[in-house]
Amino acid sequence: MAKPGKAADTAKGGKLPPAKELLQYYRDMLLIRRFEEKAGQLYGMGLIGGFCHLYIGQEAVVVGLQACAKLGDAVITSYRDHGHMLATGMDSKGVMAELTGRAGGYSKGKGGSMHMFSREKHFYGGHGIVGAQVPLGTGLAFAQRYNKTDNVTFCYFGDGSANQGQVYESFNMAELWKLPVIYVIENNQYAMGTSVARASAQPALYKRGESFGIQGRQVDGMSVVAVKEAGEEAVAHCRAGKGPVILEMMTYRYRGHSMSDPAKYRSKDEVTKMRAEHDPIDQVRALLLGNKMVDEDALKAIDKEVKDIVQQAADFAQESPEPDPSELWTDVYVEA
Amino acid sequence: MSIEILMPALSPTMTEGKLAKWHKREGDEVKAGDIIAEIETDKATMEFEAVDEGVLEKILVAEGTEGVAVNTPIASLRGEDEKPGAAPAKKAEAPKAEAAPKEDKAVESAVTAAKTPAPELKDPAIPEGTQFVSMTVREAIREGMSEEMRRDPKVFLMGEEVGQYQGAYKISQGMLDEFGPDRVIDTPITEQGFAGLGVGAAFGGLRPIIEFMTFNFSMQAIDQIVNSAAKTLYMSGGQMGSPIVFRGPNGAAARVGAQHSQCYAAWYSHIPGLKVVAPYSAADFKGLIKAAIRDPNPVIFLENEILYGRSFEVPKLDDYVVPIGKARIAREGKDVTLVGYSIAVGHALAAAEKLAEEGIDAEVIDLRTIRPMDHETIIKSVTKTNRIVTVEEGFPQSGIGAEIAAVIMEKAFDQLDAPVVRVHGKDVPMPYAANLEKLALVTVPEIVAAAKAVCYRK
Repeated sequence: MAKPGKAADTAKGGKLPPAKELLQYYRDMLLIRRFEEKAGQLYGMGLIGGFCHLYIGQEAVVVGLQACAKLGDAVITSYRDHGHMLATGMDSKGVMAELTGRAGGYSKGKGGSMHMFSREKHFYGGHGIVGAQVPLGTGLAFAQRYNKTDNVTFCYFGDGSANQGQVYESFNMAELWKLPVIYVIENNQYAMGTSVARASAQPALYKRGESFGIQGRQVDGMSVVAVKEAGEEAVAHCRAGKGPVILEMMTYRYRGHSMSDPAKYRSKDEVTKMRAEHDPIDQVRALLLGNKMVDEDALKAIDKEVKDIVQQAADFAQESPEPDPSELWTDVYVEA
Repeated sequence: MSIEILMPALSPTMTEGKLAKWHKREGDEVKAGDIIAEIETDKATMEFEAVDEGVLEKILVAEGTEGVAVNTPIASLRGEDEKPGAAPAKKAEAPKAEAAPKEDKAVESAVTAAKTPAPELKDPAIPEGTQFVSMTVREAIREGMSEEMRRDPKVFLMGEEVGQYQGAYKISQGMLDEFGPDRVIDTPITEQGFAGLGVGAAFGGLRPIIEFMTFNFSMQAIDQIVNSAAKTLYMSGGQMGSPIVFRGPNGAAARVGAQHSQCYAAWYSHIPGLKVVAPYSAADFKGLIKAAIRDPNPVIFLENEILYGRSFEVPKLDDYVVPIGKARIAREGKDVTLVGYSIAVGHALAAAEKLAEEGIDAEVIDLRTIRPMDHETIIKSVTKTNRIVTVEEGFPQSGIGAEIAAVIMEKAFDQLDAPVVRVHGKDVPMPYAANLEKLALVTVPEIVAAAKAVCYRK
């Protein structure tokens, strides 16, 4: 089975992107990393409750694909969603304040870590039922086609979701109707504590669309450059009206499934090795410095900028008041 | 000896149909398997095959005849070696369905096609002098959907067999021709998939109407309805609503067994974020489907197969919309309140007629909307009658009657002169056997008995 960093095809040896582009990736990935680390810290302090699923390790996937998106393209994902929100340009303050359940959160504190949305940024959640976002994302693509736009939908799900029946119901309709949807399987190797090998009769998840005639591609999801390159090809396919595409992103989460997961199902060595050899942020850093595209100071400046943004988000998330008790009864229905 | 050929029943609920065409003439030789006639219901045209061999002796019902009752002799067949004019022996012929991919239940009202029940009250929302036209529930739903699709290009209809097949129950007949395949969309048999796709399309700004061939199949999709459609507005702090209608027949039809005969009103009415509508009359079906499509919230629109073929007076207005959340007094009375929804309203009205013969003046409330429930109308009625019987086709536990009983305990306990009584479907999976099914369903005598009990009458 392919491992992260050793996907069936990679863009290694591809063209080195310009410094400006790499710097943007560096910043965007670092923002997610630092944000998630801060969220983990606030969780430990009891300021964030319930479930909290961190995206640390997987940053290259959403950052690389968002680099292929244009205005109006939709994004929908599961409950491991903080990174996607930040990558679509949602304000880190509003995201963090939602994590702390405050009035300043994107859902006024009523959604929580798993349920945030932004019409403005075309981010459609944030869904807590494994696999349910796949028909929903297919529906967003249906609306894009119905409205005769050339926008596409990035529909993210994990290796765990890939075994849900409704995913295949969606594949069938999407190919049948040539809907502009990119199914991004973030294969981080573990569905909660169950490895792909223990759950999937066909572990090469990019092949899961073959019987529907959907093209699939396995990508090194730890390399933002590889993700971007694969994403460009997929987006072009979808925008041309040729129907859906599957991208299996071989990635890895460093933390447990959620904050309460001690991750006993894998060895410490496995995690350490992945961090040391395939970290998506380190890879970009090495490219920038190794090719003398920027100096350490330039990266330090970004580190500081990101650190400040995250601190401000954390401050806001603690200062923002809890929602007014009257909010309990609002937003159940849209008043006609 | 001649063999009688009888008018066939083409579906569990068919009682009569049109003899559309004869393929054989008198004197023609008939072989087993020959198509001898075409029979038309309001839902489908079916070919009718011969089972026996012989010569078609006499055509008893001319082609083009409408309203031919099931089991009426339509022709007689003479065996090859028989003399003309011998006494006919009874013999039924088996119908041949054209195609039955999943469901192919031609629909005819099993209950004698009831016209508008006599003392129905006028809706105060209908202007004086409005003309009325007689229309079936099926036509009313179709007209309501079509009017809304003409009005708003974002509205589309999606489901199994809604397009080329013209609707499993012919609700969407002709709509593919008018609106085209981009807006009347045949889906694969994939309820969870297309229900979720519909919710996603609603998030994306469209106004989907999702048809379930029956609500029994919506169990495959209930996660998308409850977790995605109903809750997202709240979870998004009001940003992301899903304006969508899930509609289709609900409850029992006739003789289709336990998996195709359940009422889901109580299930969906449990969920904050959903609206649940279950009309009875064609006028309400039309006005409420239009309101449901325009509503910015997810609406569960429960229809009833038995009601599809029934005719009612519908106001002839350019834009007849009935507000969601308002019950209707279907019959005024002072002695006891009967409250129900969907087909149970018809049973309640029939019971009210019987009760009147015995000097009990029953008021009948047609809930029309299950959620949000119109408590005001119920309580106002109980305040007048001091007695109430709930009527529903669904199961008793945690049912709509249980809910109404609780509401009355909380809000109108002091008005009661007798405990609330529930009349409901029996607490068993729906049996197939005709006699058992009849026992399982709500009956008029049960409602009459319950009403008399709360009036302390024998």
